[in-house]
Amino acid sequence: MNYTIDFSLVTDNWIVLWRGVVVTLQLWIPAIVLGLTGGFFIAQLRLSKRRLLSAPSLVYVELFRDTPVLIQLIWFFYAFPALIGTQLSPFVAALMALALNTSAYSAELFRGGITSIHRGQMEAAKAIGMSQAQAMRRVILPQVIKRMLPALTNRVIEVAKMSSLASVLSVHELMYQGRLLSATYYRPFEILTAVAFIYFMLIYPGTFLAGRLEKHLARSN
Amino acid sequence: MSGPLLEVTGLHKSFEKHHVLKGIDFSVERGERVAIIGGSGSGKSTFLRCLNFMETLSKGTITLDGQRIGTTGSNGTITYPERQLCDVRERLGMVFQQFNLFPHMTVLQNVMEGLVTVKKLSKERARDIAIRELAKVGLAEKHDAWPSRLSGGQQQRVAIARALSMEPEVLLFDEPTSSLDPELVGEVLRVIRDLADEGRTMLLVTHELGFAYHFATKVIFLADGVFHEVGTPDEVLKNPKQAKTQEFLRRFGEFAF
Ligand SMILES: Nc1ncnc2c1ncn2[C@@H]1O[C@H](COP(=O)(O)OP(=O)(O)OP(=O)(O)O)[C@@H](O)[C@H]1O
Ligand SMILES: [Mg+2]
Repeated sequence: MNYTIDFSLVTDNWIVLWRGVVVTLQLWIPAIVLGLTGGFFIAQLRLSKRRLLSAPSLVYVELFRDTPVLIQLIWFFYAFPALIGTQLSPFVAALMALALNTSAYSAELFRGGITSIHRGQMEAAKAIGMSQAQAMRRVILPQVIKRMLPALTNRVIEVAKMSSLASVLSVHELMYQGRLLSATYYRPFEILTAVAFIYFMLIYPGTFLAGRLEKHLARSN
Repeated sequence: MSGPLLEVTGLHKSFEKHHVLKGIDFSVERGERVAIIGGSGSGKSTFLRCLNFMETLSKGTITLDGQRIGTTGSNGTITYPERQLCDVRERLGMVFQQFNLFPHMTVLQNVMEGLVTVKKLSKERARDIAIRELAKVGLAEKHDAWPSRLSGGQQQRVAIARALSMEPEVLLFDEPTSSLDPELVGEVLRVIRDLADEGRTMLLVTHELGFAYHFATKVIFLADGVFHEVGTPDEVLKNPKQAKTQEFLRRFGEFAF
């Protein structure tokens, strides 16, 4: 019991962790942007009256929701060489898996949100001459996003945490860098505490702002 | 000089197997005010919604100011390009039974929305127009209120201002007062009467037969998917010729003229 806690090696190696933070952000932000955009369009397919469009999108959504993310990450890395003979870099494979996974989850959020908006809203928008796209952008989406915001925030947090799984593909993100340091120095306690703290510092400001935004949007209630 | 403002020929509308409108021919001249009455489920809303293509026609044509809506393909099928429908809807203002204000926008933003997004006016111009239209419906002091804070009557007046802001050539009202508390009906009907005094062309679906009598230049009784009886308010509401019309009016009991 003579283990002395020593955080100095965390501060000494901050540059290693910082590099990890950069890569984590490079995974996280694009995965969110691509995933939400993709999710919106998949939701449109899910809502289509044509089974040819709605059925495949349902399969897509369920495949991603009902399998472990870890397998999805690894699968993208190995599937491409096996299926079409080109190797994706670990980073691209991880980003793809995260973005597609996010698109599947957010598609369900968008779909629920859009169907919960009364159809009178779309009609009122069209009645003043708006196109489908204008009505979506100006009338439906703002209301959907307001309703989705708590679930959306959860998803954004989830993706940040999920991105740590990319370490199994040796993507040099924060988790990987942390594991590298702890393997090098045998100081997992200090290093993983620091890594957890950094994740918290990355995620918390976002949830804080989302909470403020929620309040702001609630003023029209 | 020109023909009718709005002309409908051979209009049919079915929902799956349910044949709701069974061949309607009809035209509206500039400045005419048409009241449409009929039993519940007779297709009054459907008819109105076909006019601005909220519903797709099963058969028939609609001509607005001499221009036939839709494009006929080489094989005879009619398609309705979105651009054209947007244009038609801009010219036919619609007011809904449930108001359908945009809840995430203030009263002023609701009225400005079409001007900015559809007519592409500057915010300043749109603001000026919106303020003017809101004053017209007596809501000058409610600019910054959220729709959720307004009474039903106020919401419906905002909805009317929103429709008016687009300067429509025809106004379509689908039972504008039937989801209002009785004491709020008057304020909305007053606004509609003011619009009538301005000589606007309007179509009004209503159960307020007393109001229809004073408001309309023409009354239509819709039954069995056709215009069963058409005439002046006196002809249709006071001296109906068709047995069905008589029976409908009798069921409504006395109404105050
Ligand atoms: N989108 C729809 N899908 C299927 N059936 C519909 C649809 N809209 C209307 N109908 C049917 O068409 C018929 C006419 O409906 P509509 O709403 O036009 O009647 P209405 O005269 O306006 O009745 P009310 O006085 O109750 O408003 C009804 O039987 C209704 O059930
Ligand atoms: Mg109706």
